[in-house]
Amino acid sequence: MFETYLLPILLFVGLGLLAGLLLAVVSTVFAVKSDEKTQAVREALPGINCGVCGFSGCDQYAEKIVSEGVSTNRCVPGGDAAAKKISEIMGVSFEDVSEKVAVVHCGGVCSATGDKYEYHGTPTCAACNEFYAGSGLCDYGCIGFGDCVKACRYDAIHLVDGVARVDPKKCVGCTLCAVQCPKHLINMVDATASVNVICASQNSGKVTRGNCSNGCIACKKCEKTCPYDAIHVEGNLARIDYDKCTRCGACVKVCPVQCIHSFS
Amino acid sequence: MSVSKSRRKLRGVFLRHDKHTQEMETVRLPMPAAVKLPMLQHMGKPCRPLVKKGDLVKVGQKIGDCDELFSVPVHASVSGEVAELQEYTAVGGAVTQAVVIRPDGEQAVSEEIAPPTVTDRESFLKAVRESGLAGMGGAGFPAHVKLGYKDVNRLDTLVINAAECEPYITSDYRECLEHTADVIEGIQAVKKWLRIDNAYIGVEDDKPAAIRALDEAAAGDSGIQVVKLHSKYPQGAEKVIIYTATGRVVEDGKLPADHGVLVMNVSSVAFLARYLKTGMPFISRRLTVDGPVVRKPQNVEVPLGTPIGEVLRFCDTDEEAVKMILMGGPMMGVCVYDPETPVIKNNNAVLAFDQKNAQVPKTTACIRCGKCVYVCPMNLMPAALEKAYDSKNAAALTAMSVNLCMNCGCCSYICPAKRNLAQKNQLAKAYLKEQKQK
Repeated sequence: MFETYLLPILLFVGLGLLAGLLLAVVSTVFAVKSDEKTQAVREALPGINCGVCGFSGCDQYAEKIVSEGVSTNRCVPGGDAAAKKISEIMGVSFEDVSEKVAVVHCGGVCSATGDKYEYHGTPTCAACNEFYAGSGLCDYGCIGFGDCVKACRYDAIHLVDGVARVDPKKCVGCTLCAVQCPKHLINMVDATASVNVICASQNSGKVTRGNCSNGCIACKKCEKTCPYDAIHVEGNLARIDYDKCTRCGACVKVCPVQCIHSFS
Repeated sequence: MSVSKSRRKLRGVFLRHDKHTQEMETVRLPMPAAVKLPMLQHMGKPCRPLVKKGDLVKVGQKIGDCDELFSVPVHASVSGEVAELQEYTAVGGAVTQAVVIRPDGEQAVSEEIAPPTVTDRESFLKAVRESGLAGMGGAGFPAHVKLGYKDVNRLDTLVINAAECEPYITSDYRECLEHTADVIEGIQAVKKWLRIDNAYIGVEDDKPAAIRALDEAAAGDSGIQVVKLHSKYPQGAEKVIIYTATGRVVEDGKLPADHGVLVMNVSSVAFLARYLKTGMPFISRRLTVDGPVVRKPQNVEVPLGTPIGEVLRFCDTDEEAVKMILMGGPMMGVCVYDPETPVIKNNNAVLAFDQKNAQVPKTTACIRCGKCVYVCPMNLMPAALEKAYDSKNAAALTAMSVNLCMNCGCCSYICPAKRNLAQKNQLAKAYLKEQKQK
């Protein structure tokens, strides 16, 4: 009885205790000292590892703040709230975070454009983009399978009428959607107020017009109207120089295809 | 008798052959109303157009070229007037220019055309480039780049791909029968200038007529051997044919030439032989036109740049019923959405299907039956690769050698759940490439 059942049980209980004791000792002796400050800073960060701060994830950014004194306002998704917390922990003065939101530079809604072909493959933008640059008539526009929607952690981007649209109230500017877009249509712009060209077509005006009634036809009206020399047509597409733009909205009013939008 | 049966086998699938056009002589297409010649008909850098609107061009005149090595020139396939330069979106999404020529019907041959003088390897490679030859089997790889492999002493074997393993397509088979002498001459030219000793012509064993013809033509040359391959898709895939014909295994990331082997399509070598004799560059090619809605399936000799709609009309296609047009075979061909799409250098077939055949089956969940693993000629695990790609696991994708996938489509074909496994593999390859660049 003892040898068959109790001895093995005792043996393994003993071994378990011994191993546990060993682990406990080793974990205290060889413990990696984690800085409490780093821990606290890390907890103040959102933890989505988007990389907007320029470091490879929140852990590294927290480390760099504590060890190298990197500025505390680099986390765009965390915004002012995170920056304030981190400044408090670090005991430095709070610096304002320039908050960003994503903008999708395509206005190719269902009523404005059409399809080249019916796509039946894997329903992702990346897959569809491999065939004739996407199934839409415009080679530059939103493909509309929502790779960006799947990437968003804040429920801030949705497919509306065939095109991805950002809800600026929910968007934190983390760029997770932008890196997914095979057409590179998503840009980060100033969250407070902004004027944007909602088109990315680099086709000639004639071709663009044929493909989509909301596309930039490179007529240069905006360029001529802008009092600050801030908008120029380059490569068949109006582009805004945000350093010069004062958001006066003059170009928004003259655009014949209404592809320049402003929000504030 | 220099025919040998390959003992080596890789996995694959057995397909219906549907080679209705096998015994039909090639016919010539009447002159199309206009031809559109894209500046990118090959793998590599696009050409710059050398002509402008209103120019008069003659047959064989060079109309596009590029200074880059990884590119081949484009020649006019008809004589006539350049109507316009258009933007053209290739299947991969690259936007290049295309020269539209309105034929005058005279087919006056350009004065530039003269047989090239070939004296050594350099002049041979130069002639190959000037011929405008890009692999006729499907990928459109520039022939002069392939033949110009830097370490010429390493090359010892030439494999000629006449497997033609996809259903419907018979254009290479017709080349073997109609231009048997050219095939052998082309092989001998490549062997001579690149100092290669052995050549194998791989033909599937369901084409006895081609095997017999090639064997008889090659009888005088002990360095050419016809190898019978199993009639199992994908025998014509580069890595597969190298293994079955020579027993060599091309490693991941290596070129066949790194293992001493060059693989050329049978139509490519035959064209090369003709070019060396006449100097007429790559301006037309044979297409198999077939499919359930084509009433007169046949092989047609077509000037490059001809709209495929015109080719289909010539073969009496029921235009109302067409729901899907494929360029190439049903396994690896690409869908074409516009009948105005021009025929380019690497097209070997135009297939038209009706609603019934174009229908896409519904994709359901993976039942882990392992059929995809069983048919993969590269011994990959497509189901596992799909999971790894979906979770964007680059380490797992590399560990499972997704880069070995050549997109033959066996996994997608066999999958009872109709999952797009081959497509996922291509996406995974693109994803890995992107990750590496970061």
